[in-house]
Amino acid sequence: MSFLKLTASATAIAALSTTAAFARDNVQVAGSSTVLPYASIVAELFGDNTDFPTPVVESGGSSAGLKRFCEGVGENTIDVANASRAIREKEIKACAENGVTDIIQVRIGYDGIVFASQQSGPEFKAFQPSDIFNAIGATVLKDGELVDNPHNTWAEFNSDLPDAEIAMFIPGTKHGTREVFEDKVLLKGCEDTGAMDAMMESGMDEDAAEDACLDVRQDGGKSVDIDGDYTETLARIDANTNGIGVFGLAFYENNTDKLKVATMGGVAPSTETIASGEYPVSRPLFFYVKKAHIGVIPGLKEYAQFFVADEIAGPGGPLSNYGLVADPELADTQAAVADEVTMGEGM
Amino acid sequence: MTDASLNPSEAPRKGSLHTQNARTVRRNRAEARFKGYGIAAILVGLFFLVVLAVSIVRSGAPAFTRTVVDVEFTLSAAQLQEAESQLFKTKAYQTAFINALKGQLDERGMQVEVDNAAIERLMGKIGGDLRSFYADNPDQVGKAVSFQLAASSRVDRYLNGDLTRDSIEDSRFLMKTDLDLVDALEEAGIIRNAFNWTFITGTDAGVDNPGGAGLGASVIGSFFMMLVVLALSLPIGVAASIYLEEFAPQNKFTDLIEVNISNLAAVPSIVFGILGLAVFIQFMHLPQSAPLVGGLVLTLMTLPTIIISTRASLKAVPPSIRDAALGVGASKMQAVFHHVLPLAMPGILTGTIIGLAQALGETAPLLLIGMVGFVARGYPDGIMAGFTEANSAMPAQIYTWAARADASFYEKAWGGIIILLAFLLTMNIIAIILRRRFERRW
Repeated sequence: MSFLKLTASATAIAALSTTAAFARDNVQVAGSSTVLPYASIVAELFGDNTDFPTPVVESGGSSAGLKRFCEGVGENTIDVANASRAIREKEIKACAENGVTDIIQVRIGYDGIVFASQQSGPEFKAFQPSDIFNAIGATVLKDGELVDNPHNTWAEFNSDLPDAEIAMFIPGTKHGTREVFEDKVLLKGCEDTGAMDAMMESGMDEDAAEDACLDVRQDGGKSVDIDGDYTETLARIDANTNGIGVFGLAFYENNTDKLKVATMGGVAPSTETIASGEYPVSRPLFFYVKKAHIGVIPGLKEYAQFFVADEIAGPGGPLSNYGLVADPELADTQAAVADEVTMGEGM
Repeated sequence: MTDASLNPSEAPRKGSLHTQNARTVRRNRAEARFKGYGIAAILVGLFFLVVLAVSIVRSGAPAFTRTVVDVEFTLSAAQLQEAESQLFKTKAYQTAFINALKGQLDERGMQVEVDNAAIERLMGKIGGDLRSFYADNPDQVGKAVSFQLAASSRVDRYLNGDLTRDSIEDSRFLMKTDLDLVDALEEAGIIRNAFNWTFITGTDAGVDNPGGAGLGASVIGSFFMMLVVLALSLPIGVAASIYLEEFAPQNKFTDLIEVNISNLAAVPSIVFGILGLAVFIQFMHLPQSAPLVGGLVLTLMTLPTIIISTRASLKAVPPSIRDAALGVGASKMQAVFHHVLPLAMPGILTGTIIGLAQALGETAPLLLIGMVGFVARGYPDGIMAGFTEANSAMPAQIYTWAARADASFYEKAWGGIIILLAFLLTMNIIAIILRRRFERRW
């Protein structure tokens, strides 16, 4: 009876599972969904150009990736964590507690964060951080007084902007992008409009005022947190003529037929303006390598070196062609990777 | 209502069978209305089914074709050597190809300006294809080989009518002037539409290379996962349900087990993924992203479905069959294995196949064990490697594609759904055929 055969194969598999410890021959990567596109381009090219198998790249967010990275050393943990922000002290500590002590930090380049709206929608051409803050801050300064945000349209606080309903789609709190958006846009806008000073005058200390600046209004869908990825933001913009979304530069450049971009602080986002630092909303992208795995997992160091090679991450390479802003100090990074310089040693 | 029934003039006995009294009319109307609601419900269901099917086919069909550049190309041994000496080898292959194509176009004397940068924008990422071709066929170096290589996704979308001249803005991906070249090349027969075999047989590709992405490897991944699920959940599930249904004493303990099995069937599938990560990967040290682990996780998810359907079909076998077997001296085990189980087989098989189909379409538990993401290992080398080497699964691959920036991947996701649906449909048809074949009526 086939039943017998099935039982036999089932026991075979059960026996196989107990033999444990498989030698892993591919590099295992996880982390930021912003770095994922670049990492997948590099992974494919790495598989095509070397004799090593193609690395596996998972996403899930910077924090989730670093958490898995810090789970310990060994073949059942990941080798590389992608992050759209630098690793935090807390995470380094958590890593050390689990025996992950030697971490190599690799900066691969910069990513710009852009504000874009529907191609055929109202003419949103130029924003200042203060405009974004006035639109979606929970408490704003109006006629010299702190009030719950009363604005319904953009023209109410800046006559240069269209008389259109406020509808912003911003990254949710689990995204690394949110942090940059808060630091470089909301907080800046809060300071520029004078709301921050007013808050501190009203008795808040600096930390409380900063927190209050980052509060986003919750009324009537004027500001919507997007917990998914940029495709979801794009779908929301598609459905809402007045919608303004927060995107990565590369995503916008891939969808210029649907989106038009606004300047921020008078500067149009492009790889050039981000590299020069003129465009205000940008951030470095990183990946972190477990030094203990180099030499154990085949191809790990080669992957890291391949990633930051001039041909790949430099200007004109496939990464910058996709939208990554090349790091002007790439040569230092290459040297650090080649010498396996860990954090705390040289950086 | 109660008032009316108290009224003797409306008492049912007094009416004639040939004339409908008010109450009968009301009852008949209620029945007609109910039929109407039923038909309306079915029509609404059918309408959505048709809308869904049409939109899937319309969005997914373009994934099955792609624009190829059909040219002859000769790679000299010197070019090969030079390319292999570099770090970024595939780029060198691509450059050699583009230079050759430019030369050919110049010879032909095209009407429009041609430069290398424009050709590069029109081509997909072809270096990998070229390098693996020459690695597999070293004897072809120095000979003219006819290649059909993928054009870039934007050329694809332009020829599909998805992008128009008006909606294209000059960018480093595509310039408006490039479209003149595309039109000229199409007229010359160098660019044409071809069936996209890569999509069916290939592996995942980087986000800048939609033309090279395929579902093939993940179909294999799904296949190995289903093998694990079948090999584990069928014997375990059937053995558990035979014991519970035929042998187990009725007491509080077996009641508890039964309740738990029913509850397990309702547990969200992501929970099984967390369990799989903790037990199979972190505790048992099984490889990450491997179909073996995916199969084990999906087995946990499928078991309750199989147990419940097996028990239902065992219950459906009339007790007289058991009694007759026992009456002529069969042992309880003989009665079950010789008589009850064969009669319950169609139900068990149907339940199993439906459980498998459900497992085939599941993404959530795979998220946590590393099968969702960029997994492009290619085909496994052998049967064992098929279980343990990193691979993706069909629904995971579709999920990954749907999130990518390039609109061509969105098409690919829809195309992937068509293939996934085809598999599910096949499995359901097999379930129906098995049921028909083995079904016995009394």
